Amino acid sequence: MSENTDVWEVFIQSKNGLAHKHVGNVHATDKEMALQNARDLYTRRNEGSCIWVVKSEYIVSSESEDGEAFFDPSNDKIYRHPTFYKMPEGSKNI
Amino acid sequence: MKEQQFQEKIDLEKKIEPKDWMPVDYRKHLIRQISQHAHSEIIGMQPEGNWISRAPSLRAKMILLAKVQDEAGHGLYLYSACETLGISREELVEQLQDGKAKYSSIFNYPTLSWADMGAVGWLVDGAAIVNQVSLQRTSYGPYSRGMVKICKEESFHQRQGYEIMADMANGTPQQKEMAQDALNRFWWPSIMMFGPQDSDSPRTGNAMKWKIKRQFNDELRQKFIDQTVGQAEVIGLTIPDPDLKWNEEKGHYDFGEMDWDEFWSVVNGNGPCNIQRLEHHKKAHSDGKWVREAAKDYSKKQKSTETN
Repeated sequence: MSENTDVWEVFIQSKNGLAHKHVGNVHATDKEMALQNARDLYTRRNEGSCIWVVKSEYIVSSESEDGEAFFDPSNDKIYRHPTFYKMPEGSKNI
Repeated sequence: MKEQQFQEKIDLEKKIEPKDWMPVDYRKHLIRQISQHAHSEIIGMQPEGNWISRAPSLRAKMILLAKVQDEAGHGLYLYSACETLGISREELVEQLQDGKAKYSSIFNYPTLSWADMGAVGWLVDGAAIVNQVSLQRTSYGPYSRGMVKICKEESFHQRQGYEIMADMANGTPQQKEMAQDALNRFWWPSIMMFGPQDSDSPRTGNAMKWKIKRQFNDELRQKFIDQTVGQAEVIGLTIPDPDLKWNEEKGHYDFGEMDWDEFWSVVNGNGPCNIQRLEHHKKAHSDGKWVREAAKDYSKKQKSTETN
């Protein structure tokens, strides 16, 4: 029997109202153990109010090597940023 | 070509991430260094674990327990970082147990009295912090992030050790003697934790070029000595080095010769506790085998009930 256990990625919400942030991973054979291990490993100093765990194999990542091509479509659309527009002199609250 | 692009990225202080292309030797160097670092955290639990049941007060016991638990956590952060390089946790543990992978030699010294808990926290963790602060800027992303997290947690370790030393140094004459004895035994092994002098360190070249290491061994050692001498003075203990002297011109302390024969002899397995440390690790690992197997079976059973 192979001894390899599943790896789970851990995301922690540090305070109610904030987004969950990736902090690392843990080894565990089931989801309950993954949550408990994540609690023991990543929240020893009150770092969190909520934890997500997800099996690493379910994470799909873009390749950083061809990152440029992948993100290219957003490069030439500077009109998506508010600073692109000329505002008439004296206009306020916009 | 790829190697050149890789080096350009490093030179621009960009981090290398797990899926990025990297030279075979960069990967190899990292696996060796990070796993050695992880194993040190895990084996390092033993000399301190030795005193949990004999801590002199409930306060001291809770603190020591929390500290040893932190060391386990640090080991796990580092194993995680190492696994991103394509080696499994199981292989890493195997390499430790086979003696193929090393851990810091400092943990092959015994902890003989409660004062040693002070010396370990103050000096051993102190030296580790100097090294780890520098490694926060290492070029490999997961290693760097692990170091940041570890450094945040380590400063309590050093302070609790220094507090023990200060209390004992200001206690009864026997307690002060114990504190001085602990300092005498741990001083030289602690400053040798930074590794051989750079002139004798075979692996430094590429590690600096690739920014795995950010500072030379001797530089880090000097920094540790400079900051520790004053701390010893404050609590009235004497660092066991007759050649230790402030050098006005350099702005650093001069210090005596380290005993490298002893260093290499401990690295090569002949320290007072090498055998004991590994035997204990193997025993704990094999004693836990049934738990790992039960957990696996439980998860299989759950999966089959889910699908039914």
